[in-house]
Amino acid sequence: MKRRLSGDCEDSPSSCEGPAESCKRVRQPAEDSGDVLPDWARLPQEMLLHIFQYLPLLDRAFASQVCRGWNEAFHMPELWRCFEFELNQPASSYLKATHPDLIKQIIKRHSNHLQYVSFKVDSSTESAEAACDILSQLVNCSLKTLGLISTARPSFMELPKSHFISALTVVFVNSKSLSSLKIDDTPVDDPSLKVLVANNSDTLKLLKMSSCPHVSPAGILCVADQCHGLRELALNYHLLSDELLLALSSEKHVHLEHLRIDVVSENPGQQFHTIKKSSWDAMVRHSPKFNLVMYFFLYEDEFGPFFRDEIPVTHLYFGRSVSKEVLGRVGMNCPRLVELVVCANGLRPLDEELIRIAERCQHLSAIGLGECEVSCSAFVEFVKMCGRRLSQLSIMEEVLIPDHKYSLDEIHWEVSKHLGRVWFPDMMPTW
Amino acid sequence: MSINSIHWFRKGLRLHDNPALLEAARGSHTLRCVYFLDPWFAGASNRGVNRWRFLLQCLEDLDSSLRKLNSCLFVIRGQPANIFPRLFKEWKVSRLTFESDSEPFGKERDAAIKKLASEAGVEVITKISHTLYDLNRITELNGGQPPLTYKRFQTLVSSMEPPEPPREPLTRELLGDCVTPVSGNHRERYGVPLLEELGFDTESLAPAVWPGGESEALMRLERQLGPDATAAWQENFERPKMSSSPLLASPLGLSPYLRFGCLSCRLFYYKLTELYNKVKKNTSPSISLYDKLLWREFFYTAASNNPRFDRMEGNPICIRIPWDRNPEALAKWAEAKTGFPWIDAIMTQLRQEGWIHHLARHAVACFLTRGDLWISWEEGMKVFEELLLDADWSVNAGSWLCHSCSSFFQQFFHCYCPVGFGRRIDPNGDFIRCYLPVLRDFPAKFIYDPWNAPDEVQRAAKCVIGVDYPKPMVNHAEASRLNIERMRQIYQQLSRYRGLSLLAAVPSNHMEVVGVSEAQGAAAPPTRRRPRSGTSTHRHRTSPYTTPSDLSEHNHEFAIPQQPGRLIWPVGGGTGKREREAEHNGCHGDDGPSPSSSALKAQDDEKRREDGEGVAFSS
Repeated sequence: MKRRLSGDCEDSPSSCEGPAESCKRVRQPAEDSGDVLPDWARLPQEMLLHIFQYLPLLDRAFASQVCRGWNEAFHMPELWRCFEFELNQPASSYLKATHPDLIKQIIKRHSNHLQYVSFKVDSSTESAEAACDILSQLVNCSLKTLGLISTARPSFMELPKSHFISALTVVFVNSKSLSSLKIDDTPVDDPSLKVLVANNSDTLKLLKMSSCPHVSPAGILCVADQCHGLRELALNYHLLSDELLLALSSEKHVHLEHLRIDVVSENPGQQFHTIKKSSWDAMVRHSPKFNLVMYFFLYEDEFGPFFRDEIPVTHLYFGRSVSKEVLGRVGMNCPRLVELVVCANGLRPLDEELIRIAERCQHLSAIGLGECEVSCSAFVEFVKMCGRRLSQLSIMEEVLIPDHKYSLDEIHWEVSKHLGRVWFPDMMPTW
Repeated sequence: MSINSIHWFRKGLRLHDNPALLEAARGSHTLRCVYFLDPWFAGASNRGVNRWRFLLQCLEDLDSSLRKLNSCLFVIRGQPANIFPRLFKEWKVSRLTFESDSEPFGKERDAAIKKLASEAGVEVITKISHTLYDLNRITELNGGQPPLTYKRFQTLVSSMEPPEPPREPLTRELLGDCVTPVSGNHRERYGVPLLEELGFDTESLAPAVWPGGESEALMRLERQLGPDATAAWQENFERPKMSSSPLLASPLGLSPYLRFGCLSCRLFYYKLTELYNKVKKNTSPSISLYDKLLWREFFYTAASNNPRFDRMEGNPICIRIPWDRNPEALAKWAEAKTGFPWIDAIMTQLRQEGWIHHLARHAVACFLTRGDLWISWEEGMKVFEELLLDADWSVNAGSWLCHSCSSFFQQFFHCYCPVGFGRRIDPNGDFIRCYLPVLRDFPAKFIYDPWNAPDEVQRAAKCVIGVDYPKPMVNHAEASRLNIERMRQIYQQLSRYRGLSLLAAVPSNHMEVVGVSEAQGAAAPPTRRRPRSGTSTHRHRTSPYTTPSDLSEHNHEFAIPQQPGRLIWPVGGGTGKREREAEHNGCHGDDGPSPSSSALKAQDDEKRREDGEGVAFSS
């Protein structure tokens, strides 16, 4: 049998045959005579699918032009479950965008296959609008995952709210089985969350909505009340309330796994409300293993209400300068602390604070220090106390102040010894 | 047959420690020192007036030093490749010497000139003297790839012989009978041009804070490192006092002189060692003494074989970050109109004087890129290239890669606050008052955030924010929140880490060749100059982006299954074996961005697992 070249294989009916049969046919000629190549056009669809999964879309698109069989494989639903729309404008981004024709084709041929969808949108309003246009056409699909990701400035915020909401609710209403939803930095509001809850309350497990200014504490409370499967939640501090924590720790609710809170000050001197210790206690009783991640972006004088009582925080990030006093309170009141990052502190060394944290935060395993000061001996003492449980230790070199016991050159050996692995401080170029 | 030499000056604008220049003089009958002012290059490199002035001053100084040796400088207008063949003929040249250039474009240019020379029967001699070391040897020691962390670089360098000592300067004695034939119209044809002749407007130009030239460089070196050794030590190596003084241009600063080669880095290296030995008797200096010189060396090495070192796209060591394209915001930054006095004062100093302190560089670079504006580091690099006297191609791009956390494994979680950072260094705000006189009368309490000052304070300071000085262009708290989150996501994707820990997503900086065992037995601190361990342990170094714990622990981030085949690091060169080792022993390596089929495979496995389960919310 003469081998056919892939160019004239269009009439090959390979896709109609059973896989075993076609497997045989692909292999057969090679067994018959050593000098011929296998017929790639007759590769069974499962195998093609397997190979296609490894190929980037563009390569798959090229491959789909080879023959009818490969073209059919290109359109197999399995390859279209997951798609990331990249919406960029040449004027506002350096990155390429998903081609409009591809978007059209996906909406036409594959929208019912889509399950995991994300939109990466640059800082232009046009891109956010384009994302909404696509969203509002996703009427016959059932998404499990939806992510709206602003890669630069949050452009969804610049859309007319009603426009955004109507597009988003199309997905909420049609999907009915959303499990993960990531809508940080968008104008989502209370009524649209109600629609989400009404249609997806049984399936929703993850909700990320940091910096959504149009949502009120009541709006998020409604989600917590209805979505008993919710395991992960990210929101800003102004949405956090005692009621919310109690709702999340009700008997009907599954164990919460992660709660992320961003504490951001909009204007200096802002007053923040407090959360009762009893609410946190209820939370820990209900979900003993839950992680509480808190990101602080506050001025030093805005920390008043925080860390006065015990708080079950596990991951703490201080994005701005935080005072010695507050870090002292962290040492006293954060017994579950696992990770601590301090980007900046005043000019006084944090010696006692670190030692106290080592003493009282028995689970601490990661620490990062930026513009702070610690004496070398206190730092060595800290590492010695924490020992090998310190799996991440990221300290800028300038943080460590040499003293009578250790110079900068000695400290990395001393710390490495206590950690049981080689360690160096982080360096920034001094050029 | 007589030997007629040309020494071609590019960088290395000096007579001291200039081995290629000595080669030109050796046994020659004639010597002509040339410098090409390349209009094409000038146009393309877009250098600002301060850089041009500095360069011309260097050339003036070189010319006058050569004249003391009965020679002079030939400044030739045009491109070397067009003009050399004519010069070879006209001057009957038999030998061409120049300092070797480690940068990719320089190497390309030099290869072309070497070819022209060999066609004309001209012998070419090149010598390394812009860097301390032969950079190729460092790359070789590291297994053929330039090291990607400074620590690794330090280790490699400390295993090498110390740099060669500086060579003696060119003198009349060394020149002997060698002469420089000069024609009557030398000044017109080959003289050093004035700034005005190059079309610069010098009317409004303030006197140079950084006068160019070898003489100035040597004077500064002498003042910086002597005569009072103890004072010099304190000046240079004690922890800098927290005040505005280090922010201001120091009459002892040397970086622009190293950039143009008015000062030999080897001379500086040996003077430093000398000073150290004088002050700290009986101890040998640690490698960190030479940090400033070595960072420069590190960037030259990293760039030496990477023509796309100054880009994001197509640069194998650069992380792709979806920077915002925003010309208006970029212009505000570059023109000192951000509304943050700390940032604007630095940018004003940079534009006026051509130099800023390295902490100030961190501050403005972080602000432009990952900290606040989310604008590409390439844009900032271009602005520095125009304004910064010491911005060499490799060093400038390398610093920006670092500052923007695009490479070299930096702490991305820490970004400099445009208010607090300056306040820490200079609480009184003297630096701001110096460069932004409009804010001079603000009390120290508000000088870093004048928009927070009550109206009466603004009126008393005769500066109303929003009228006399701009309002801040971003809300730093909000911008840094967004940006940290984006960096975290990008790094998590790279590290394939899905947990909550911010730090676990930070690539490790600490891949040391010494290996864990050595550290465990580190009761006695080992000496820095250990035998060459570089090559033998090299094979254990692996990707910092894969550790077993990262893969197995928490899997709870919002997870879109990865598109198979889409890797952000487009590097080639890793072997599958190394990657597998990485996954088994979790040992950190610094050849970083690891490509590799197996990294890809692991990613795909993950994807298929997720697909199989049918939930992107990966359990």
